[in-house]
Amino acid sequence: MTDRPISTDADVDSSAFRDSDLHEGRHAADSLRAILIRRPRSALYNYWRDLLNLPVFSETVKSVEVLDATHSRWVVEGPGGKDVALTSVVTEDLADRRIAWTSTQGSDVDHEGWIEFRDHPFGRGTEVRLFISYDPPGGVVGKAIAKVMQREPRLQARRELRRFKQLMETGEISTSRAPDAAPRGSRHL
Amino acid sequence: MRALTWHGKHNVQMDTVPDPEIINPRDAIIRITATAICGSDLHLYDSYIPGMSNGDILGHEFMGEVVDVGRGNTSLKKGDRVVVPFVIACGQCFFCQKSLPAACDNSNPADKADASEIAFGQVMTGAFGYSHLTGGYAGGQAEYARVPYSDYGPIKIPDGVEDEKVLFLSDIFPTGWMAAENCQIERGDTVAVWGCGPVGLFAIKCAFLQGAGRVIAIDHHPNRLALARANGAEVLNYHEVRVREALQEMTAGLGPDSCIDAVGMESHGFSPDNIVDAVKTSTRMGTDRAHVLRETIMAVRKGGTVSVPGVYGGFADKVPVGAFMQKGLTLKTGQTHVQRYLPALLEMILDGRIDTTDLISHRLPLEQAPEAYRNFKENQNEWTKVVLHPE
Repeated sequence: MTDRPISTDADVDSSAFRDSDLHEGRHAADSLRAILIRRPRSALYNYWRDLLNLPVFSETVKSVEVLDATHSRWVVEGPGGKDVALTSVVTEDLADRRIAWTSTQGSDVDHEGWIEFRDHPFGRGTEVRLFISYDPPGGVVGKAIAKVMQREPRLQARRELRRFKQLMETGEISTSRAPDAAPRGSRHL
Repeated sequence: MRALTWHGKHNVQMDTVPDPEIINPRDAIIRITATAICGSDLHLYDSYIPGMSNGDILGHEFMGEVVDVGRGNTSLKKGDRVVVPFVIACGQCFFCQKSLPAACDNSNPADKADASEIAFGQVMTGAFGYSHLTGGYAGGQAEYARVPYSDYGPIKIPDGVEDEKVLFLSDIFPTGWMAAENCQIERGDTVAVWGCGPVGLFAIKCAFLQGAGRVIAIDHHPNRLALARANGAEVLNYHEVRVREALQEMTAGLGPDSCIDAVGMESHGFSPDNIVDAVKTSTRMGTDRAHVLRETIMAVRKGGTVSVPGVYGGFADKVPVGAFMQKGLTLKTGQTHVQRYLPALLEMILDGRIDTTDLISHRLPLEQAPEAYRNFKENQNEWTKVVLHPE
């Protein structure tokens, strides 16, 4: 009888969850995801463009400080749970269509991303596509870190978009996290 | 509060756990007055469902009184008596707008959604008390529950109607209704139903309400067959007769017009292909036992419909797809779109057009839930449906 907690919890770190069609980008780790949101394109663009809104739904962007019209300072939860700071500059801003950003010198990590908003061709709402990528800190990549890097942006992009969709469509972000949202009993305190 | 919690295979216990709280503006907190054990809870009890954690609260058929409401819900107020759908649905997404709440895109939290997306191609909808695959929401075999999107799901119950009469609006009554509706019944049809558990019994009742001329019910537990007969069905005990031959004979060679599989995977486990090794180990992998599914396809008449409310999780071997195609069949299935049916079904109960309580075999205090699980699993003939009441 082991003393590990009894669980049949699917382990997201398992190799079985690795996406086999990894996208090879300029950076060591990146991802592209798409989602359909039943709100007008302009509403979604406006919400995302106000970068102070990012921490509302993002689990990785913890805080944003706007420096000027295009620059902002972000604190982001990096791989391994460590906070990283970066200065982001908006490089493209097409109203109601596309926002692109990249990290500037002096950031802890190289990061870039873009988001695109397109009308669904048959009126079902807006198709949103998000691309995020980053190079690991210091440019020196251990094998284990690289493995995590490959998966993290894909998972991140997927989750960011899901939370963004939930917020935009329902006004809130789904949660069942114990202990508050899903109280749980335990005999092994 | 007290709650029924999962601690491994055949190990459920009553624990004292923190009370749930309002987290999101559309939440409500329900003080539970009645809750039931579902046949699908037995898959959790048998430890066949992946994504369970020590201490998870089970239960997805519950009702009670609203004791707290988030500021974003203007349709419920404290004191309202409600039945809560087992499916958690937002009301705003593409699927909810198409009246497919059991396909809601938003109710499975983003951090839980990956597993089911990998297993099934898209994210499964959230539900109460049914593992982290459906979002890890605490269930309703407890004194209180947090209900998300409470302005869209729960239905208000008027005064003067006992809990028991309406409790099954949470799951098995709409499930039986949708199972019958999926048969596309034409007046005078013969419908064959495999499984005379609670879902099968409601399917029998609903098939008649939807115009079936005959319902033939198949099981082997004498008490369950008796309940089916009491609801107007002709019964076949598959330990005593060859079911397909009997059906052919009874329908003068035509075959039943539609067939309902209210059995599902026969407790052989949820078997998603290659999700994780841990899952394989815990489910003692095999494919889903699809015996009933096979039989319904073979038994139904040409051009007929197979309706599958029974739960499946993974892959099935040797499904007669040749018979399916050559006979020109339709297969309709899915988790129940509970929210869609509730107003009409409540009306039926209030009008006295359906008896929703004859299947209840046991009424017990919530504290006796662990014992009830054991009996519900081991004595299926005597234990048809258990309703639990928190003290």
